[in-house]
Amino acid sequence: MKGFILKRLVLMGITIFGLSVIVFAISRIAPGDPAKLAAGPDATEEMVQVIRKEYGLDRPLVVQYGLYMKGLLNGDFGRSIRTRHQVWEDIKNFLPATFELVFVSIGFSILFGILFGVSSAVYRDKWIDHVVRFFSVTGVAVPMFWMGIMLQLLFAAKMHWLPIGGRLDTMVHPPAFITRFFLIDSLVTGNWVAFKNALAHIFLPAFVLSFPALASITRINRAEMLEVLHRDFVMNEKAQGISNRIIIFKYALKNALIPTLTMIGLRYGWMLGGTILVETVFDWPGIGYYAVAAAVYSDFQPVMAVTIILGLNFMIANLLVDVGYGFLDPRVRYE
Amino acid sequence: MTNSTLQNNSSAWSRWAEEHESQIRSMKLTFYTLSRSPLSVIGFVIVALFLIVALIGPLIITHPEDVKGSVHMDLKLRAPGSAFPFGTDDMGMDIYSRVIIGTRLSLQIGLIIVFVAMGIGIPLGIIAGYMGGWVSEVIMRITDIFLSIPGLLLALAIVGVLGPGIKNAMIALSLVWWPGYVRLVQGKTLSLREESFVEAAKSIGASKLRIVFSHILPNCTSPILVKASMDMGMAILFAANLGFIGVGAQPPEPEWGAMISVGRNYLPDRWWMATFPGLAILLTVLGFNLLGDGLRDVLDPQSRS
Repeated sequence: MKGFILKRLVLMGITIFGLSVIVFAISRIAPGDPAKLAAGPDATEEMVQVIRKEYGLDRPLVVQYGLYMKGLLNGDFGRSIRTRHQVWEDIKNFLPATFELVFVSIGFSILFGILFGVSSAVYRDKWIDHVVRFFSVTGVAVPMFWMGIMLQLLFAAKMHWLPIGGRLDTMVHPPAFITRFFLIDSLVTGNWVAFKNALAHIFLPAFVLSFPALASITRINRAEMLEVLHRDFVMNEKAQGISNRIIIFKYALKNALIPTLTMIGLRYGWMLGGTILVETVFDWPGIGYYAVAAAVYSDFQPVMAVTIILGLNFMIANLLVDVGYGFLDPRVRYE
Repeated sequence: MTNSTLQNNSSAWSRWAEEHESQIRSMKLTFYTLSRSPLSVIGFVIVALFLIVALIGPLIITHPEDVKGSVHMDLKLRAPGSAFPFGTDDMGMDIYSRVIIGTRLSLQIGLIIVFVAMGIGIPLGIIAGYMGGWVSEVIMRITDIFLSIPGLLLALAIVGVLGPGIKNAMIALSLVWWPGYVRLVQGKTLSLREESFVEAAKSIGASKLRIVFSHILPNCTSPILVKASMDMGMAILFAANLGFIGVGAQPPEPEWGAMISVGRNYLPDRWWMATFPGLAILLTVLGFNLLGDGLRDVLDPQSRS
């Protein structure tokens, strides 16, 4: 198992290197002179020259890449052209909101995806199966941002059941900063007002963000469960009089989880991309919202930083998925 | 036309039919199997409708001047009614006409992205699968790196550098889309390389090019077709995503995502502005997904997952 994880870590190192090269390359395909862009529209030729020197833009590309990497390793993601803020400082402020949203969403879709998948497979062709299949087919096709707007319209604007956007009402004091996840911080400090308010705010965005993932996890889990439930060993266990619950959850589900895990990893990546949309719809103050605000003005440093951070996060998730395989299927470890 | 040429024609036809009997039979089987699954039929009907609307769009719209953008302040923000079935927007433009013409734009977007992605991905996939060695290693590593960045994010990064607009959005999405095809084709080529008919072709001295074009590529068509059908829907959805967040198509371009982005500012009272373009996206993506699913069940039953 140790060697297996080590091998994955080395592969991840290569991929991280590749990610940085791609992002660096993208930032250099910018039409026009990056030094001029950074200097702003009113800059004189001398100012542009100074910036060119300062950023090393007059050096060979390889050297430029080295400088860029050195900056990244020191947490220097450059400055926003528009606000002149240090990008890393901004990211630190926006990151917890994104992770809170994404973690709640992936947890929700894994839990209910497996639950729906199993019940759909066990009650095959009963009404519950039909309902679940309908949602798993349409769920992937629904445009996330549109679904968000429609739910906002229904539950926030018309019925006033849930807030329309944001993380907390302006009247509510944010809980003490511990993990910066409002749900956890307010729970730990016993701040029930903030907890209820944060929960009401995260409900719609998390539901929307988890919907496509929920649909595809359900779908693949159902298909795998159906297949596993027809294998000989299940028949054998039934013959031995093992209870259905134990067969389903202990033996069948563990086998069905391997392909499901692949889907979870894949969908987690989609979710990191989708958070851009959901944060925009619900004014959720995360890095997706931050990246969009910057991209609209071609302010590319923040967008690059967000790409690197979310890409890194996706790679870590993939690593965890790989380790999960090793855990679920011992054969994988010895390949 | 004389009798003899007619006969000639029909015999040529019957000869062709005889020569291609197996293909014709498998085509018939495909249609039969497809028609047995209600969801695939729904998908097929939606996609056919989408194509028809894209084709005859200009004939069935009521306000052609609104397609590229116009201003009628006296007509703005009308609710759906007999004159404007989907209502009008903030500039007084007919939303029905714009949604209909949006079909054409979406078809264009989908086709361009998918074809560019295939044009890059398929050759690289075949090279990686057939050549092996360090060339394959390099191609697959680069592919993996691209696949490890969430697609929408990478597209946003590219558009962030190139600047907003429909053309740049399409460039960005094409650059994001090809790795999936490399993966697919490489995997398929690897397994085909070991097949006995490829071995046989090699043993009688067929050139590499010949093997690739007459043995490997034709056997890759089914999975590629399935993926392309699914991707048509997804590419349209992603372009709408970019349009919605403001870096794709810019209003007054009749692109569905951009229309929703404008309509969003007039919620909750003017619900129709965001609702109808959204339904159009939903239906289109659903149609291509169902069709792709159905095609997979028929053409490529092993890879069902």
